[in-house]
Amino acid sequence: MNFNLSEEQNQIRDSIARFVQEHYSFEQRNAVVAQEHGFSAQHWQQFAELGWLSIPFAEEFDGFGGGPVDTMVLMQEFGRGLVAEPYLATVLMFGGLLQAGATEAIKTEYIPRIISGELHGAFAYLERQSRYVMTDITTSAKKTGSDWVLNGQKSVVLNGAAADKLIVAARSAGEQADESGITLFLVDAAAEGVERTAYRMTDGQEAANISFNNVTPEAVIGNEGEGYALMAPVVDAARLAVSANALGAMETLNAQTLEYCKTREQFGVAIGSFQALQHRMVDTFGACENVKSLLYRAVCAAQDNDEDARRSLLALKVMVGRAGKLIGGEAIQLHGGMGMTDELSVGFFVKRLMIINTLFGDADYHQKLFAELVNAPVSAADASNAVAA
Amino acid sequence: MHTRLSEEDLAFQAEVRAFLNEAWTEELAETCANKTTMKEGVEEWQRRLYKKGWMAPHWPVEHGGTDWTVTQSFIYNLERASAGAPEAVPFGVTMVASVIIGYGNDEQKAKFLPRILKSEDWWCQGYSEPGAGSDLAALKTRADLEGDEYVINGSKIWTTYAQHADWIFCLVRTDNSGRKQEGITFLLIDMKTPGVTVRPIDTIDNFHHLNEVHFDNVRVPVENRIGEEGKGWTYAKSLLVQERLSIAEVADSKRSLTQLREQARAEVNGGESLLQDPLFAKRLTDIEIDLMALEYTELRALASIAEGKEPGPESSLLKLQGTEIQQAIQELRMDVAAYYSGTLQGDLSAAELGHDYADNAQKSYFRGRASSIYGGSNEVQKNITAKYVLGL
Repeated sequence: MNFNLSEEQNQIRDSIARFVQEHYSFEQRNAVVAQEHGFSAQHWQQFAELGWLSIPFAEEFDGFGGGPVDTMVLMQEFGRGLVAEPYLATVLMFGGLLQAGATEAIKTEYIPRIISGELHGAFAYLERQSRYVMTDITTSAKKTGSDWVLNGQKSVVLNGAAADKLIVAARSAGEQADESGITLFLVDAAAEGVERTAYRMTDGQEAANISFNNVTPEAVIGNEGEGYALMAPVVDAARLAVSANALGAMETLNAQTLEYCKTREQFGVAIGSFQALQHRMVDTFGACENVKSLLYRAVCAAQDNDEDARRSLLALKVMVGRAGKLIGGEAIQLHGGMGMTDELSVGFFVKRLMIINTLFGDADYHQKLFAELVNAPVSAADASNAVAA
Repeated sequence: MHTRLSEEDLAFQAEVRAFLNEAWTEELAETCANKTTMKEGVEEWQRRLYKKGWMAPHWPVEHGGTDWTVTQSFIYNLERASAGAPEAVPFGVTMVASVIIGYGNDEQKAKFLPRILKSEDWWCQGYSEPGAGSDLAALKTRADLEGDEYVINGSKIWTTYAQHADWIFCLVRTDNSGRKQEGITFLLIDMKTPGVTVRPIDTIDNFHHLNEVHFDNVRVPVENRIGEEGKGWTYAKSLLVQERLSIAEVADSKRSLTQLREQARAEVNGGESLLQDPLFAKRLTDIEIDLMALEYTELRALASIAEGKEPGPESSLLKLQGTEIQQAIQELRMDVAAYYSGTLQGDLSAAELGHDYADNAQKSYFRGRASSIYGGSNEVQKNITAKYVLGL
């Protein structure tokens, strides 16, 4: 048992920390987010040159062959600087799905292009009615002979407007929320019948609503009707990734708030000398440590494919949502009037934490899944707990 | 970064399970649970631990400890709690022993440590006073040197199990001239010395574990002083850090939570198991998620210690969060027991009462209120974390 990073992981961490230091001051970030699509194409090329885009891909496709700990390190450091480039959408989700389910030919064609920074992607799976239930899909996939046709609407597709290629989850069989009968398709974003309406999220990133009107996809990813089995682990990996991202943001936000309380004076003394405020900062420190502990737990369990992996992941996402609201709310409150302004980065960190809470399901949604798992009539969780114990 | 158990760890886990299976019997558990036989039960359990060589796993091997790795200690503790076996009473083997080992002289080690290992002496802790609670350094119990004896006058309070104790370790004041933390001396006092009286304090959990201990011209030989006169605060502080780590009781809370889930599953409201009630499920899983986090906070601290580093700042949270979780479990169990939680079992059997854990549900709720008060109240823990971790 140990919680240390390897030498390589330390190098990744240090190089991202340097990048954030040099390119992600408050003013620099504002300028990045103001660009078309909400990120810097120049930064993206730099990510490619530094090898960061290759981290989760297998070595046979020029990847680094990294695991959950590597992704955690990277996303946590990104979180410290609120890095806006669409690593989650293009590399982890779009790339992750290709790697999990595409044919060798497609992988060989596309993954090296993701790694080199040429290709952007997005995963279109949510719809207006689905809320957090990712199997709730009405977008239809109909087959005539060997040709597929897609019709329907997707909502809040992260990086949906900048993406060159999309992976679309559509229903080829079954009822609206069934796990079976979902098929994943690779679709060219410029294909006929694809219409995109782009907008910004409160954290600065761009998303899109995308409609598909008799669209012919480029290829099927994975087996027909078995898309959920591909989506679920990729979304789970994304849950880990955004949780690491949240931890980085929480650490920075807590550090900023602490520094403010040590320097801001009222009644002739630093406000950090007031016990009422000290105890609140101990609470936010504790919340952040809880997230870190559950993140380490979930990442180690995912890495070892441990029986505790699912339970830990769900618990983590609950804690990320809960702690994010506590830490964010306290950061604004303790900064007083300044916390209400766009002149400090405080609000931007809080907005990022609020967005992360909703990604892949909020705290309440995950707590419901957690409760179903651990309170199941024949409690597999208890049995596995007893073994782990 | 990984938390896999090695082959050696798995073999060790099997050995611990086999030992517990044999040594922690149902009969012994009953003896320990009954308040009239608690002391003999606990001593018997500790003797079985001693026979196995596991009475004081954290001591240096030369004094009768083990060479367990941090992971092994963690495994032992999880298995012990999971079997429902208690920890050894901490006042001797954990608390005073670590001060004797760290700061005592060879005669003191030879005199006291073997008797602690064999459970021949029962110890209690004399820190708090009527006028010195959270502000422990304000303590006033006087020790005046007369020849080769200290003469002690004053009172200690909240002394757990003083009624069973053979010895008490005390912080006493030998000097009033400097800062209040200076002039405190660490003394070992035989409870049978003339002038020592114990007054029981009945508590809200219908139990007698707390006492007030009075010292009226009690004469204590100088050889019972640990280390130097006036350095007692330093010795006591080293112990407080250890106490903070052990009060978290993560492994015991895991077992309590597992039991609580099964108790709730068996309770039925209008045909539906309490476990299916979303409001109840929310409360139960709130606790479980906090506990899962704390378990890894503890592991992180242990992993640091294993590498010879100081535990990280996160360890300051262990006492605070650990006791909050304990109290949340106790509260929820009281709620699960419903109206039965208000019953007093007395001499009735569980079958006669009609309920097998209700008697303990409310008592343990009330007993558990103490955990956010002792070992430095949780508010004091927050002050300490704010000062030493956050730098405020």
